Amino acid sequence: MMSSFTSQFRGLKAAFTREVRAYFAAPIAYVFITVFLVALGLFTWEGARFFDTGVVDLAPFFMWHPWLYMIFLPALAMRLWADERAAGTDEILLSLPVELPGLVLGKLMAAWSVAGVALAFTLPMWITVNVLGSPDNVAIALTYLMSFVMAGAYVAIGAAASALTSRQVTAFVLAVVVAFLFTAAGWPLVLSGIAGFAGPGAADAVARFSFLTHFEAAQNGVLELRAVFFFASVILLFASLNGLWAAGRRTP
Amino acid sequence: MLELHQLTKAYGTRKAVDRLSLSVSKGEVLGFLGPNGAGKSTTMRMIAGVLIPDEGDTVIAGHSILTDRRAAQASLGYLPEGAPLYADMTPPQYLAFLARARDLPRGEREDRIDQAIADARISSVVDKQIGALSKGYRRRVGLAGAILHDPPVLVLDEPMDGLDPNQKRAVRALIARMAPEKVILISTHTLEDVPRLCSRVAVIDQGRIVADASPAELAGEYTLEAAFKALTDQSEAQAA
Repeated sequence: MMSSFTSQFRGLKAAFTREVRAYFAAPIAYVFITVFLVALGLFTWEGARFFDTGVVDLAPFFMWHPWLYMIFLPALAMRLWADERAAGTDEILLSLPVELPGLVLGKLMAAWSVAGVALAFTLPMWITVNVLGSPDNVAIALTYLMSFVMAGAYVAIGAAASALTSRQVTAFVLAVVVAFLFTAAGWPLVLSGIAGFAGPGAADAVARFSFLTHFEAAQNGVLELRAVFFFASVILLFASLNGLWAAGRRTP
Repeated sequence: MLELHQLTKAYGTRKAVDRLSLSVSKGEVLGFLGPNGAGKSTTMRMIAGVLIPDEGDTVIAGHSILTDRRAAQASLGYLPEGAPLYADMTPPQYLAFLARARDLPRGEREDRIDQAIADARISSVVDKQIGALSKGYRRRVGLAGAILHDPPVLVLDEPMDGLDPNQKRAVRALIARMAPEKVILISTHTLEDVPRLCSRVAVIDQGRIVADASPAELAGEYTLEAAFKALTDQSEAQAA
């Protein structure tokens, strides 16, 4: 039973190593990490007035994560399947004795790892706030963890969109739209609009699907298993769609 | 060793492959001939497990591609039409990816990769990215990928396309060398390759096999080209 379960993930390691190699063989990963860090720095310092708040924590830094992930992670994931289809290499993948769940997870984890590397490069921020004062390090650690888990959800959306088309740009736009819906669903502006239009109950229901709402919970220093479970569910949902859409190549 | 049972695939209302059955045994090199759009590549994709047939099944070395796909695919070496490859990898990196994906024993991987590189004669380009290679070299990297795991069944879609005469001779020699131990199915539209390469010819037109004979029998007193023309003229006329 166990072996038939694990055999569903045949090809995971091969797909993962290939994609990580592809990210770092071309300048994609380096460009991605650099631009991401520059953007995050700009938003944190200029947009959120990091030094002017008078409070020593990373809130003005973390608040931008969902919004930047929304743009950057679909860009990172857009090539995963679209490129295979454009080059015709998906025909090689489908002819190998591997399983689609393995390929889907391998690719997803490769892009997720690059996102993790980018996130790891922001650790000097954490050191800085510790030099400036004494922040709640448990809360920061939890928020970092949650940010990484949330990144997986954005990557999963991007990868799934990539399986729908042979054009990377189409995959990117599609993924950003979907990611925006999931992100903005927790935006106070959107929520108050929905509350006014359809009542506070409806706003609550929409907020339940928002990445923002679930991400903010971690910043209070409480590990909300519910939030982890939520992001894991989103990843599972989009990975499944990804597999379904990639399998569609077998039955045009 | 390779059996196609009533393979059928339709795109919309057009039947690309129509109840196609074929059995190829060890030692045979079957040339798959037919005009463009006759269903050669669609048939080969169904054999490789890339496309699921609407009806019918393929049995590769005793394994059904429908009910025992991984075992069937492990016994198959497949060169897709146009030899698609990962442009960002060097040939050895690409072959290492295939070796890992096929889960070849770790101790054997290096040897298998070296052997495939030698057999496909691509040792002079091992440091180059595949995207920078000429069409002929790319085709041979694809061929190296198909023979990497020394499969009992080879399905090669247009392996000669884009090769110069010297490269063609090398690939013919490689196929001839492998032939006694394997089942080999080769599609081509270059008729002069057929007598030198194949022990048997199947002509396919509109998704059906219209002739199945030795190259000599098929050519008879006429040329192979005349036979091909006579067998497949109907579809040209219909298209026009």
